[in-house]
Amino acid sequence: MADLGVRLAGVALRNPFLLASGIWGESGASLSGAWNAGAGGVITKSIGSTPRPGYPNPTIEVYETWGLLNAMGLPNPGIDEYPREIEAARRAGATVIGSVFGGDEEEFARLAHQIEATGVAAVELNLSCPHAEGFGTEVGSEPEDVERIVRAVVRSVRVPVIAKITPNAADPAGLAEAAERGGAAAVSAINTLRALAIDVTLRRPVLAHGLGGLSGAAIKPVGLACVWQIYRRVKIPVIGVGGIRTGLDALEYIMAGARALQVGTAITFGGVAVFGRLNQELSDRLDQLGIARLEDAVGAAHAAHL
Amino acid sequence: MRTVVEVTETVVETPSTITLRFPYEPPADPGQFVMVWIPGDDELPMSLSYTEGGSKGVTVKAMGETSRRFLSLRRGTPIGLRGPYGNRFDLSPHRVLVVGGGSGTAVLAPAAERALARGAFVTVALGATRADELLFRDRLRAAGARVEVATDDGSEGTRGYVTALVSSLLERETFDAIWTCGPEIMMSKVASAASPKGVPVFCSVERHMKCALGMCDACALGPYHVCVDGPVFRADRLTSTEDFARFHRDPSGRRVPF
Repeated sequence: MADLGVRLAGVALRNPFLLASGIWGESGASLSGAWNAGAGGVITKSIGSTPRPGYPNPTIEVYETWGLLNAMGLPNPGIDEYPREIEAARRAGATVIGSVFGGDEEEFARLAHQIEATGVAAVELNLSCPHAEGFGTEVGSEPEDVERIVRAVVRSVRVPVIAKITPNAADPAGLAEAAERGGAAAVSAINTLRALAIDVTLRRPVLAHGLGGLSGAAIKPVGLACVWQIYRRVKIPVIGVGGIRTGLDALEYIMAGARALQVGTAITFGGVAVFGRLNQELSDRLDQLGIARLEDAVGAAHAAHL
Repeated sequence: MRTVVEVTETVVETPSTITLRFPYEPPADPGQFVMVWIPGDDELPMSLSYTEGGSKGVTVKAMGETSRRFLSLRRGTPIGLRGPYGNRFDLSPHRVLVVGGGSGTAVLAPAAERALARGAFVTVALGATRADELLFRDRLRAAGARVEVATDDGSEGTRGYVTALVSSLLERETFDAIWTCGPEIMMSKVASAASPKGVPVFCSVERHMKCALGMCDACALGPYHVCVDGPVFRADRLTSTEDFARFHRDPSGRRVPF
């Protein structure tokens, strides 16, 4: 049985499969549930300064098994309320990564400092939500903004800082380079792709917010391309995200250059039991290929010098 | 996927509740819910009050702003539907006590009807603030249920809460199962009354919902997600949580007391 343990920016993960931010992240019981189901770590919902209800429904549209469109609107209970949920997850033994979003570098730095106090192993910066005015992609699409925000956060915390990069930019790998310059310990790629659903009977967008973000199987090739390009241009580790449903998907990301992975939409098909299955499938794949340690496969596809 | 249909019929059930009927083919079982979208407004989870055949229905009480707007929907209004979602009532018990508080009876009526059709003996304890707010009393009687009533003001049946009626029924008779839906405080009292008798209680619970796919965590209740693990739970699974009858989560995810 292959060794699935990885070290990510100094954090030891028992396996590479992290619960992606925004999924099962509102309650400590759910974070604990994902951990107990076999996740290598859990990333919280993106937390802001104050409670935020998010957009009205419809907030999601489902495309059979291949995609999910959402515009939740960064709902979260706020940084004052949320630590109790992290504490519950930590009591369950979970490796917790705290995700935060802000409108500028001061807000990011303050939130990161506050969430660090809950004992999280790392902080992930949401620089990439595609549908929240004043946040996410709107502050994370320009390399200089990304660098400035990351630098401010790195100065305010001791734990590793992870920048979650948007694919909705001309050069996502350039954003990863900016994060590296700012002192990020890792980058996550990708967040959802900006997308839209229209109902022709009603002649209107389906989601209450109009634009949303696409996740799920449909975006896997896009995520792979971003991870591939980022791996070639930065030295810090890359966390692959986007459409991972099987051990094979996972290994594709690993070989493209990811050192860890995030799983979100796949949870809609049978819940967090997906983590146990992913671990088994990835281990089986590695065994079939004669790879003893997952870390040996990171970036393996680049050896072909394309 | 989402289907847009036109409302075919609206029925004013009580001064504060209305039933919307609409064509919707996907098969459904009593206990399940659909996400009902009023275009331009909101989308809410609603238990089906009519589950049979191609003409389904939901019965809504005007509580929040949006559900109030449901009351103004008319025949021909387009609505969006997805689902059905969630689990079902186990309809196998032979002697069933159904306990409905207010609009909670909406989800219980199709369960009682289907159980009666398969030969079960169904007693209904129906509670409401006053006589004209009793939901589906005549429908349940027509289906063959024995219906006993409690109203807060005594305008029909026993005066007081339906839980007192339940206690007295449990003293006099034996039941194989209790199905209940209504305010959580009420359901929790029903569970307490039934527990010493060893009668299993199944509660249909409600939480704020967004995705209805078990993903967004909006409807987290203890370790459960109401949209996929429920909405029907055995009471002992609920009473072991810190949330049941005490806390729910607002749209931001904040835990707030009932």
